[in-house]
Amino acid sequence: MHHLHKVLAIVAKDLAAELRTREMLSAMFVFALVVILIFNFAFELRAEDQQTLAPGVLWVAITFSGMLGLSRSFIREQDRGSLEGLLLTPVDRGVIFLGKMLGNALFITVVDLIVLPVFVVLFNLSGALIPQLALAIVLGTLGLSGVGTLFSAMAIHTRAREILLPVLLFPLIVPVIISAVKLSAGIIDNLPFAEIQQWFSLLLVFDIVFAVLSFIFFDYVVEE
Amino acid sequence: MRRYDQLIIGLFIVTALMMIIALVLALGVAPDPANLVTPAERFAQRIFYFHVPNWWVGFLAYFIGAVAGALYLISRKEQWDAVEISSIEIGLTFNTIGLISGSIWARPTWNTWWTWEPRLTTAAIGWLMYVGYLMLRSAIDSPQRRARFAAVFSILAFLDVPVIFLAIHWWRTIHPVVIGGEVGQGTGGFALGPTIQMVFFVCLAAFTVLYVTLMLVRLRTEFLAQRVEHLRQQFMFL
Repeated sequence: MHHLHKVLAIVAKDLAAELRTREMLSAMFVFALVVILIFNFAFELRAEDQQTLAPGVLWVAITFSGMLGLSRSFIREQDRGSLEGLLLTPVDRGVIFLGKMLGNALFITVVDLIVLPVFVVLFNLSGALIPQLALAIVLGTLGLSGVGTLFSAMAIHTRAREILLPVLLFPLIVPVIISAVKLSAGIIDNLPFAEIQQWFSLLLVFDIVFAVLSFIFFDYVVEE
Repeated sequence: MRRYDQLIIGLFIVTALMMIIALVLALGVAPDPANLVTPAERFAQRIFYFHVPNWWVGFLAYFIGAVAGALYLISRKEQWDAVEISSIEIGLTFNTIGLISGSIWARPTWNTWWTWEPRLTTAAIGWLMYVGYLMLRSAIDSPQRRARFAAVFSILAFLDVPVIFLAIHWWRTIHPVVIGGEVGQGTGGFALGPTIQMVFFVCLAAFTVLYVTLMLVRLRTEFLAQRVEHLRQQFMFL
């Protein structure tokens, strides 16, 4: 049980640091809005039925804005010299990974849940879909954060730092994005749950697989 | 190094001979499959003898790269890092050739250069992943850290390939399943007669030997590079 306390302590630390400035949350929020707006302009000219594009737009906005948060996750620790402190704390490296991962997932989810109503309005969807879409967002974000946190810890030691993160991360999380888009599309099309259940289960499986693999490899990435 | 060099030269000759035999068999001896009628289809079908072995080598190379990565993380011997980078570079080369030659085949057979079909999509994403691998390597200065990160990435990427394939597989595929599929399945598929099988296995063997040869040549370069690196460090701190 006390492992969970340590994980939550790291999440609380990130949360406290973020709430003091809110610079990351606001940047991610505005960026997600910008992505949705750009897609609206870009598709308005050619697409007959904008609603068929909605799930894709939603997940491009989520992954792109999420990337902003993920890339800052360890750079902030490095720039303020707190990375050594974090690694020197007498806890298992896995605890640090889980703390950072849950923190990242939390930030991205919070931003997405604020963006979601705007998205629903802009794409003229029914407001009743929001709770279900929120569930899809939570699951998709967890999948994003698993490998995302691992690669974020890797990227700070590269010469280009945050530039490398999207290049490494996007191809790897394609399965998460596919199932998240399919799940969201099913929700938007009002399909019965039995028809989208496979995507729901698949997304859950990918979340677990990516989180476990990243958890295992995190030790090798942060060792000095 | 002398014995090693002799081995490479020997293998080089064997590879060249096998490739010539494979070429003659595939273009001259192998019969046309019965169910393909148009000349364009029949000529394009011959790519099978090179396209499939080509992907086999690509996959094998990535697999050996991931195994070498795991062995590096366990043993921390830089030889494994050399095996990993050598194998993955070769894998990426064959991956690129496979994408291009597959496109050329698809044009007369499917009437399109490219389609977002599971295998094609997986191949393209895999290509992007391993280009990312090379970028990751080139962006890290410390050799130990580079080897460690690259090993982690090579294992993750290899494990991810079947996952990506499964994730995309829900859409109906039009890529032929020649080996282990129903006869003539997919657009441009065909049945494997005994001669076709024989020719195919010769080509497969030729490509596998080609992989071994390339691997030894590439490894030699990598070992030399590591030696230069050691010498440089040794004299820098004198």
